[in-house]
Amino acid sequence: MKLEFSAEDEAFRLEVRSFVRDHLPAWLKRKVELGLRLERADYVAWYERLYERGWSAPSWPKEYGGPGWTPLQRYIFDEEALLGGAPRIIASGILMLGPVLMAVGTQEQKARYLPAIRRSETWWAQGFSEPGAGSDLAQVRTTAVRDGDHFIVNGHKLWTSYAHFCDMLFCLVRTESSSKPQNGITFMLIDMKTPGITVRPIRMIDGGNDLNEIYLDNVRVPAENVVGELNKGWSYGKYLLGHERTGIAGIGSSKQQIARVRALAQAHGLADDPALAARLGALEIQLMALEFTGLRMLSKNQESRVPSVEASMLKVRGTELRQEIYELLLEVAGPGALPFDEAALRGDQGLVPPVAPPDLMSLAANYLDSRKITIYGGTSEVQRNLISKAFLTA
Amino acid sequence: MDFSLTGDHLALRDAVRKFCDGEYPLHQCGNAEAATLSASRWAALAELGLFGLDISAAYDGSGLTAVEIMLAAQELGRRLGGGSWIASNLPAAYILSKAGRDAQRSTWLPKIAVGRRRLSLAYLESGWRYDLAKPAVTAVQQNRGWLLNGTKINVPGADAADGFVVSAGDDALFIVDARTPGVSVQSFRTLDGRAAGHVTLDGATVSGEALITGAGRAVLQAAIDYATAALCAEATGAIEALIDLTTDYLKTREQFGQPLVKFQVLQHGIADALIDLEQSKSMACVAALAAGSEDAGQRARLISAAKVTIGNAARRVGQWAIQMHGAMGMTDECRAGHYAKRLLVINQMFGDASYHLQRFIKHMAQGNGNES
Repeated sequence: MKLEFSAEDEAFRLEVRSFVRDHLPAWLKRKVELGLRLERADYVAWYERLYERGWSAPSWPKEYGGPGWTPLQRYIFDEEALLGGAPRIIASGILMLGPVLMAVGTQEQKARYLPAIRRSETWWAQGFSEPGAGSDLAQVRTTAVRDGDHFIVNGHKLWTSYAHFCDMLFCLVRTESSSKPQNGITFMLIDMKTPGITVRPIRMIDGGNDLNEIYLDNVRVPAENVVGELNKGWSYGKYLLGHERTGIAGIGSSKQQIARVRALAQAHGLADDPALAARLGALEIQLMALEFTGLRMLSKNQESRVPSVEASMLKVRGTELRQEIYELLLEVAGPGALPFDEAALRGDQGLVPPVAPPDLMSLAANYLDSRKITIYGGTSEVQRNLISKAFLTA
Repeated sequence: MDFSLTGDHLALRDAVRKFCDGEYPLHQCGNAEAATLSASRWAALAELGLFGLDISAAYDGSGLTAVEIMLAAQELGRRLGGGSWIASNLPAAYILSKAGRDAQRSTWLPKIAVGRRRLSLAYLESGWRYDLAKPAVTAVQQNRGWLLNGTKINVPGADAADGFVVSAGDDALFIVDARTPGVSVQSFRTLDGRAAGHVTLDGATVSGEALITGAGRAVLQAAIDYATAALCAEATGAIEALIDLTTDYLKTREQFGQPLVKFQVLQHGIADALIDLEQSKSMACVAALAAGSEDAGQRARLISAAKVTIGNAARRVGQWAIQMHGAMGMTDECRAGHYAKRLLVINQMFGDASYHLQRFIKHMAQGNGNES
């Protein structure tokens, strides 16, 4: 047992740090640090640089063009990139679809889709939720009916992140009605340009519109776009949501936002406030406990009481902690959080003169947006069900 | 960065677990020990090799580290075993190992390692909270020895101690034989049922050789940090056992026509307790690794972070366990209360979560706040 990182890992950390410092465009770093809204072009500006370095798919093994990093290296990369002010890696292509295709995709699917994800040419949206299928995801009612070498898809998907700038959709559709709702679901890939697809952005609580609803009206999908076995899509969807342990605690994001609290406190005369110092200290400790728990779970002979739900534990604690940090950011903003200027939040020229200090004006929107993290990817309540069930049946 | 446990670690853990399962029957866990039982258990723990784990092989110990102490402490914590060892005898021996004179070490350590002598740490004074202050116990040089006057309070295992490590004077530590004229012990039990005492030194005269040269507050603080790390591990073991105990109860107790564990609101409580447990285990490892650090600031920061994490987890899980047992949880018969009380004692010992949060913040300002 040792707390220090190895010399190799320290060297790797410095390598990532200097790469981020030298290659992250200053304008993008500023947008991230101010918590402004990011568009596809913003992400791509960063991902293209990562791609040139061979780092655009940090979690992928070498055989699929990833860097083949150890979990510890991925963790260091995540932390250094985010602390350096880089945008996060959007999960849907790299972290969600990629691993599923690697596990059960055909050679043709892998060859066609994986490189394009890595080059950030193809952007993927995740079409799981529906109006009647949220936490109870097995209730999906969007149907796909076989018609020769195609399926005809009809239905309504909801809460689809970034669908307005995505090229492709991976989704769960019902291909067979069954007494057990988990059966008869198929994992399918759909080109967003196919006739019959309508995307409607949803204006959210923070004024943003990253989420969308998608209407599918007699959409013809080639049968080769089915991933894995027909009617077995539920297990792939579960795999996709539950297999990721390294990044799910969001340690890098939490550190990024705690650094933001410190910087803002300094800039706005709160550096010596004892109440703030106490809350910040408590959050630092909680973050440390979570961070070391993630690292401990990667170590030999240190499995937890319920290894199958370690990702759930890290998600519950990590997201709740991050929300507390956003609460603290809002407190630091004080009255500066009240003015709301859409244009300035997009990074465009806002009202002149600015209606609030630029470093404070996004904090309310960021806080409101952060409420989603205990809802998406399996709510905290669903995760707690999974954790206790695993423990009670062990 | 690696928390892996080796085969030797697992073997040690399993041996201590097996011993504790036999020595401390679950339905009696936490009961106050009569003096004869306490003595026979002490001999058995010595036989197991616990007291010599971290004592150098030169003094007949095993020469291991705080990590092995952590593994043993966790197992003792599961069955509320170990008496005064971790809180008192362990840090006293640590002080001798780190700063004792050769003669002091060779006199005490080999006997401590085999359980034939007990040395307790007597540092706390009336009116103190958790920061080490200048002792009110005086040490006046007289002829070639020292004259000690004053009282040390809440010394775990005081009644059974053969000697005390006493802080006194401006910044000195002494070894005081318990049979020295003028040394008296007022024995009592702490709320976890364990034996403790106030130690009064009324004109107790010790020889010049009793002074632990070079040892002062810095060594005492290091010893307290060392014991705090071990207490964190002990608490983690107790938390784990308490979760198991409580879950078993929820599985068997039926109300409204079904076992309580079928109620979702109670299931979520189990999930939260498990998350607390995993984080406590991790921070117990961190504390054990930090306990060996020569960097006092780094050590303070990490051990305080561990004590905060585990203190809060212990309070939450202790309260939850009593609540889940309902009225039974309020009885002396129910083991939940015994675990909760031991966890309470650990929290109040060497600094509670509020104290350690402030200490962490103080040392945060000096470090960079990043483990890397």
